[in-house]
Amino acid sequence: MDEEKKMRDIVVPGEEIDIEGKPGRGVFVENGKLYSAYLGIVDTRMGYVNVIPLSGCYMPKKGDRVIGKIVDLAPMNWVVDINAPYYAPLHVNDVPWRVEFGDTGRFLSIGDVILAKVSNVNEMGQVWITLKEQGLRKLEGGHIITISPSKVPRVIGKSGSMIQMLKDHTNCRIYVGQNGTIWISGAPDGIITVIKAIRMIEREAHTYGLTDRVKEFLERGDE
Amino acid sequence: MTTKFSEGVVAESKRTYINKLAQQGTRIDGRGFDDVRPIKITTGYIPRAEGSALVELGETKVLVGIKIEPGEPFPDTPDMGIMTTNVELVPLSSPTFEPGPPTEEAIELARVVDRGIRESHAINMEKLVIEEGEKVWVVFIDMHILNYSGNLFDACGIGAIAALATAKVPAERHGVGEDFPLPVEHYPVPITFAKIGEWIVADPNLDEESIASARLTVTTNEEGMINAMQKGLFGTFTYDEVKKVINRSLDIGKKVREIILGDINGEEN
Amino acid sequence: MGMKADFKLIDDNGLRIDGRLPNQLRPLRMEVGVVQRANGSAFVEWGGNKIIAAVYGPREAYPKHIQDPNRAVIRARYNMAAFSVDERKRPGPDRRSVELSKVISEALTSVVFVERFPRTSIDVYIEVLQADAGTRVAGITAASLALADAGIPMRDIIVGCAAGKVDGVVVLDLNKEEDNYGEADVPMAILPRTGEIALLQMDGNMTYEELTNAMDMAIDAAKEIHELQVKALKEKYRGDEHDY
Repeated sequence: MDEEKKMRDIVVPGEEIDIEGKPGRGVFVENGKLYSAYLGIVDTRMGYVNVIPLSGCYMPKKGDRVIGKIVDLAPMNWVVDINAPYYAPLHVNDVPWRVEFGDTGRFLSIGDVILAKVSNVNEMGQVWITLKEQGLRKLEGGHIITISPSKVPRVIGKSGSMIQMLKDHTNCRIYVGQNGTIWISGAPDGIITVIKAIRMIEREAHTYGLTDRVKEFLERGDE
Repeated sequence: MTTKFSEGVVAESKRTYINKLAQQGTRIDGRGFDDVRPIKITTGYIPRAEGSALVELGETKVLVGIKIEPGEPFPDTPDMGIMTTNVELVPLSSPTFEPGPPTEEAIELARVVDRGIRESHAINMEKLVIEEGEKVWVVFIDMHILNYSGNLFDACGIGAIAALATAKVPAERHGVGEDFPLPVEHYPVPITFAKIGEWIVADPNLDEESIASARLTVTTNEEGMINAMQKGLFGTFTYDEVKKVINRSLDIGKKVREIILGDINGEEN
Repeated sequence: MGMKADFKLIDDNGLRIDGRLPNQLRPLRMEVGVVQRANGSAFVEWGGNKIIAAVYGPREAYPKHIQDPNRAVIRARYNMAAFSVDERKRPGPDRRSVELSKVISEALTSVVFVERFPRTSIDVYIEVLQADAGTRVAGITAASLALADAGIPMRDIIVGCAAGKVDGVVVLDLNKEEDNYGEADVPMAILPRTGEIALLQMDGNMTYEELTNAMDMAIDAAKEIHELQVKALKEKYRGDEHDY
């Protein structure tokens, strides 16, 4: 196999992971043995054995920055689709504007896209989000695509290196939500290049040497 | 909520109590793991039907009625009669049953009873031909649940075979000869088991059913043959458990069959 | 079951009408990721069976009254295409498909960590495009691949497999003729890692020995099928050349 495209170790649900370590995320223990709960790749760090899923829906975590779409209005809140199993309410107390009762539609209407933060999640799967923090806001214009949330770290790259490279090469503004929703704004050919590169990252997320190949793609330009 | 067998949220104390009893080898109503609740069968309960049986299995009560009418045979079996099975989870019998078209629970129940009777060849279908390829007898098995207190599979299965075994084919009424007893040649009996924790009990009552993780019905006949099986619910069985359950169903089925045959014959005398 | 054949299903050499040995599976082919819009999907070709399974969810369960506050509700829908069988099947659910959908839903629930997704539904659609006996076990085999592909956490990958009896011989994986004219069919779903049984049905006429022989065969074959499932799942992520 091409060394550059070497696969990381892929495991399937129920597969035993024969590695010493404490059970981390995406694994379960039965009779003292460690098994994968997901179709994913094994990742060991700081003494923990994790399995990072190769696909799957977004499960909100407190503090995540997400991109969502307003899908409904209520007198005291908006209902936001954040690509999770559950819709997230955005309460009028969690926005930087003073909103009168029943006046939510004047500030955000159905179809609007926002960059928000997950402020709380409970065991029942209920999620609350907020716009009250520097940088959080309604996103005007641009284009939106969705990728598998498990591939978000690869799109961002080590300390943001991948996303910075995409921005530099295309002069686009890009926000990557932890929920797999990506907002891109810029010239149309720039946006097209960004999308192609992201789809490439998505496809090859589980291989080594990805940054170099994306760089090559961006420098080679559009074929 | 659609019609469900389960009673919704189960009190945790009930779960703990039943499990504790199981550890001591007993059950909430004092039975042993293989004991079936008292069975009472009243055949001929609905004289208007061609055959009928009111079955009481503990508190569970099911009325099975048989109607038999001439009809067209299926094209691929011109020399055989037809049998259809239906279950009505009538709303009067449980707070969890609601009116409306058959639910998946009712359909599964009817089909499991159907399989036992069909696969054991309980009814000799070849003797139900009026005119080959043209006209055969159609046997309708309709099961009405009158009180739901657990284990409808066995109550329905017992009622169906008891009603069939005492049914008469109404040939005179349809001008095609003399009435004759429905030719019943085998006696399939379903026995249902519920898995509670690591224990498996026969003929689960309502409380046991509500906390069971898995269910297995095994239908056997008087020759010791296995004719139908159906596993249900979200849990699993080990292969060893399955084999033990099949063996137990052969033994318990035999006892239940004796009760059925005793009741049927008692009725005839 | 039940119809009488005017031909032999097992020949003098003990071979079956399609040339198989009693304990031999039909050819099997699996592919993961065949429906782009779905969260996960798989295609299984098993003998003459052609079956697609696709998974949507976990997503907020609707109508709301089906929501379970403690876990995800798995709703499998087994559906046969009108043209999947010799004589056109009337479209839509019939009693058989309602029953199969129920037992398949229950079997899949036994392996999914459903308690991680309260109030949601995981919808599993199984479409039988061509039927050739054993559709429910092929369907469940495809469904578990689709669930894994959808990134849904599970404690095992469920395997479906059937065995039965034809001409008095216990055989694995009945084909259409064997299913029509045979004496018994035992569809099963097995958790290959633990050997647990998540789906078990049977219809026909068998002794205890015949039945346990049949179940032995299916449990053995499950290991073989599981290997193919693992291969198909890993195949999907084998580099970018792979196009679907």
